[in-house]
Amino acid sequence: MSFDHSGLRAQFPILNAGPGPLHYLDNGASAQTPQAVLDAVLAYETTARANAHRGVHRLAEAATDAYEGARAEVARFLNTPVDEIVFAGGCTAAINLVAHSFGATLKPGDRVLVSELEHHSNIVPWQMLRDRAGIELDALPVTEDGRIDLGALPRLLTERTKLVALAHVSNVTGAALDVPEVAAAARAVGARVLLDGAQRAPHGPLDLPALGVDFYVFSGHKAYGPNGIGVLWARAELLEAMPPFLGGGSMIGRVTLARTTWAPPPRRFEAGTPPIGPAVGLGAACHWMASLDWSAVASHEMSLVQRLLDGLGEVPGARIFGPAGLQRRYPVVSFLLDGVHPHDVAQTLDGFGVAVRAGHHCAQPLMERFDLDGTTRASLAPYNDASDIDALLKGVAHAVRTLR
Amino acid sequence: MTDQLYHERIVALAKARTGDGRLTAPERTAQRDNPLCGDRISLDLTLDAAGRIAALGHKVRGCLLCQASASVLSAVAVGRDADGVAALRADAEAALAGQGGGAYEAFAPVAAHKSRHECVLLPLQALTDAIVSRQ
Repeated sequence: MSFDHSGLRAQFPILNAGPGPLHYLDNGASAQTPQAVLDAVLAYETTARANAHRGVHRLAEAATDAYEGARAEVARFLNTPVDEIVFAGGCTAAINLVAHSFGATLKPGDRVLVSELEHHSNIVPWQMLRDRAGIELDALPVTEDGRIDLGALPRLLTERTKLVALAHVSNVTGAALDVPEVAAAARAVGARVLLDGAQRAPHGPLDLPALGVDFYVFSGHKAYGPNGIGVLWARAELLEAMPPFLGGGSMIGRVTLARTTWAPPPRRFEAGTPPIGPAVGLGAACHWMASLDWSAVASHEMSLVQRLLDGLGEVPGARIFGPAGLQRRYPVVSFLLDGVHPHDVAQTLDGFGVAVRAGHHCAQPLMERFDLDGTTRASLAPYNDASDIDALLKGVAHAVRTLR
Repeated sequence: MTDQLYHERIVALAKARTGDGRLTAPERTAQRDNPLCGDRISLDLTLDAAGRIAALGHKVRGCLLCQASASVLSAVAVGRDADGVAALRADAEAALAGQGGGAYEAFAPVAAHKSRHECVLLPLQALTDAIVSRQ
């Protein structure tokens, strides 16, 4: 299988903006944006900019249509009812929304189960809920190859567990979660499941109802969309039962000085003027992603991961932190170089036009578990090619030669 | 550009690891983290009767720039009081502003890399914490 890689790459203006070649392998932190998304945002800002769900004039109608059209695109991408899509400021904001609103339905002594490899955004909100509401927080351990150890589920998942909140794909190791196993185990004790999809959503459409989970969150800027926008999906009955997180305009039924009633979901969770332009961009990004042949894209991305794993395998003192093979993983690869700090690797790679992330990746408990200062991480997108991997390997060889 | 940053002298400073190792009976201890990258330094001091640094030891878990900065600091800190430490920090900040830098002159190429300034300053922040603390 193949796809028009050069045609796809040409859709991303920044990749050819110079100066010099750009080997962008920091997609796990923030992916680049195709022209179709830029065009959609510009079209909204220049032909339909107004507030949504408020005015009756022509532009207000157009803004509302654009915003709700974006919601429909996201729903199609996730294969969900449109009213189950809540726009939030990002993935972090979406998890905080669940921690406050679903968290408000929990009682002291109830438990939330996370894992040791979670991003801070899927740890800290639950710690804050613990301190606020008296719940207990448990963490699944991680295997030596950087996967959540589901063998610990029988020990840590109890009838007191009300929510299991895990990364669909690790932002450090690239390991993919065995979702059916988690969903079945959670269902058996009556617990809900939240997946942090920040690293999964950029790799193709999802069928969330079929996944068997209850909440799903992802970020726009990691999925070829703008900054400042993210998505919470939740089953309708859960959203209906949850109180609002933020109060203000739009999220109300009726306000008197004595009391306020809430709007139905999703508006109940979208207080104030929403980020309309970013939502429009995210809708366009979902439409763009849905237009790709993901079977071909995945083959392409995984061939690049194999090239990277093979190349690093020939570097003395290089070690992969994560799954060694291509099974149940996504194109996020962390590695270590003996005697060279990850930040110095990343800085050296920048000199070769290679953009990667280095450090703790907002996963300090995982770093502590493995006694690591950090890792160097290459995270891929459909527009990457062999020249990006080869440039990284050339830079790694230089770092070993000059800094070790 | 990267080779300018990791020039021979700065690499040598990092590899020298001057002052590496904790003191067995410190009078002052400070720990500093860089929350952005996770770098950490733990730094111990003993002081003489006049409040000047008599001995310094440190443990750095950090990048080459942080290691090199800790080496420079360890080489020139003994005999300094709080004002002397402040002067040292001023030297480092001058280097990072591209304006000389005294003992920190080797760090001049870091001036162009703002995201790495904290790597250089972290040991100085720990030293400042330690010398001004009342323990």
